[in-house]
Amino acid sequence: MKKAVFVYSPEQLGYKFSDTHPFNHKRLTLTMDLLKNSNALDDAAIIPARVATDEELLLAHEAKYIEIVKKAGHGELLENQGEPYGIGTEDTPIFENMHEASAQLVGGTLTAVDAVMTGMAEHALNLGGGLHHGFQGRASGFCIYNDSTVAIKYLQEKYGARVLYVDTDAHHGDGVQWSFYDDPNVCTLSIHETGRYLFPGTGNITERGSGAGYGTSFNFPIDAFTEDESFLTIYEQAMREVFEFFKPDVVLTQNGADAHFFDPLTHLYGTMNIYQEIPKLAHKLAHEYCDGKWIAVGGGGYDIWRVVPRAWSLIWTEMTDQPMPTGSLPQAWLDRWQPESPVPLIPTWEDPSPLYEAIPRKAEIEEKNAMMLDKALHIIRSTK
Amino acid sequence: MLVEQIMNSAPYTLTKEHTIRDAMKLMREKKIRHIPIITAQREVIGVVTQRDLKEALPSSLEPNEREHLLDVTVDQFMIKNPIMAHPLDTVEDLALTFYDTKVGCLPVISNGELVGIVTTTDLLYTYVELTGAHQPGSKIEIRIEDVPGTLAHITQIMASTNTNVQSVLVYPDEKSENHRVLSIRVQTVNPIELIEALLKEGFDVLGPQYPGVEF
Repeated sequence: MKKAVFVYSPEQLGYKFSDTHPFNHKRLTLTMDLLKNSNALDDAAIIPARVATDEELLLAHEAKYIEIVKKAGHGELLENQGEPYGIGTEDTPIFENMHEASAQLVGGTLTAVDAVMTGMAEHALNLGGGLHHGFQGRASGFCIYNDSTVAIKYLQEKYGARVLYVDTDAHHGDGVQWSFYDDPNVCTLSIHETGRYLFPGTGNITERGSGAGYGTSFNFPIDAFTEDESFLTIYEQAMREVFEFFKPDVVLTQNGADAHFFDPLTHLYGTMNIYQEIPKLAHKLAHEYCDGKWIAVGGGGYDIWRVVPRAWSLIWTEMTDQPMPTGSLPQAWLDRWQPESPVPLIPTWEDPSPLYEAIPRKAEIEEKNAMMLDKALHIIRSTK
Repeated sequence: MLVEQIMNSAPYTLTKEHTIRDAMKLMREKKIRHIPIITAQREVIGVVTQRDLKEALPSSLEPNEREHLLDVTVDQFMIKNPIMAHPLDTVEDLALTFYDTKVGCLPVISNGELVGIVTTTDLLYTYVELTGAHQPGSKIEIRIEDVPGTLAHITQIMASTNTNVQSVLVYPDEKSENHRVLSIRVQTVNPIELIEALLKEGFDVLGPQYPGVEF
């Protein structure tokens, strides 16, 4: 059995709204090139992403919505016809073959699922996936189809698995949460910036699931300006206690890389430290509880030059038990991409320290986050 | 917004012949805290609340005394002549009534008959809806001068950036009587363009600064 497979097809780059849109899958190219230049990604580990079938998309989406997305991408929609479905908006503008491109991203996550569940590999990574805002009948927040929702339904139907979904994107994983809100066999865990200002606004600790699924949705909303230490305290506690409580068969992690200080869309103050630690603990707990079964997908991440390639590379090096890369980035990579980048690239795997000016209300933010953590985990701790 | 739009139109009810035992059972099973007591013609003659129930009973540490009281009928301790609401009352009226009287629930009456019940929880959910917080969106707060035309100027900017508005609330500004704080929810994950446009027009946008935005 392979340690891990890296799911990728050039067609995944077809998920592209426009040249100026913040969601840009050039991130995939930049990440793979960084890994290859670091001799950390072997061609033999790469497997192509398949395309999800309509039947598979229907596990998570309405037929009418899929029809609209198909028509939109083929220029067959009347003006404004897509708007009730979130298609043709500023966030998710129409682009050519948008159905095919979106189905390819979902297919990539299903390829990753099959690789892990059939025993081809212990772990699998599909950085093209992680589109956690997609709803049953509506595009939202740059996401058309929700690959994680489809993948979890697929894991349930085909493999009868009990799934833990972990979302460390700076935005709340609302689409996935609501899809499994009343399902006791799927647990969702999302750590995100509070909805006070940030999209989508949900993800309060009081969102715990409903009906039979009550107690299987966990939300950890952290304050704007939260830094590494507080972020990681919450991540580690939440992960350990939720794994122990839920005892999943398989874990699916969404690895949005937009909690970084440089990210233009969010207000968290993470540095590369959190991206070193996030995959490490996921990996460890996957072995402790799931016999290693770990599927990782990408997600948000809007500083595609300075943050995403380094952060995502670390998921792969962790997954394949390679030593964590440190020191300088490969000169060839820097030379190749610096001319295109609108900002100076960070030349090392680590961030410069300090990365930003000290925050005046640090202690208060940490205290507030710690109280939030206690409240969010109370439901588990009180039943022990 | 009117009470009939937010009320529960199929409330659980009891009649005056029912007992404390019946009321406790209904509250427990349906997870409710208030029960209107009605006649055969659906006239409301009282309300039983969870608190009244607790007060009517001795401590649960005194099971013997408690047991025989469970057969007392609800008309012995219900609130008679409760405050009621009409389906056409506005939600603002309702909020004031709850605030002033500190009751937790009002039976809703039309033509002398019970047609619904409305609680503080329903009102709170209405607040959530008013703020737009039940739909995915980003929130922007702007400190504005309290003069005519400001809101129009802002909505014009929103139209020019093709931003869909989910809700608009205006708060008093704690720091200045001549200003207001406008809290707007917009249906986008990427408000940067809008914020930049507002800043360019000289608006005081509050909240965490977007690292990518020049101030």
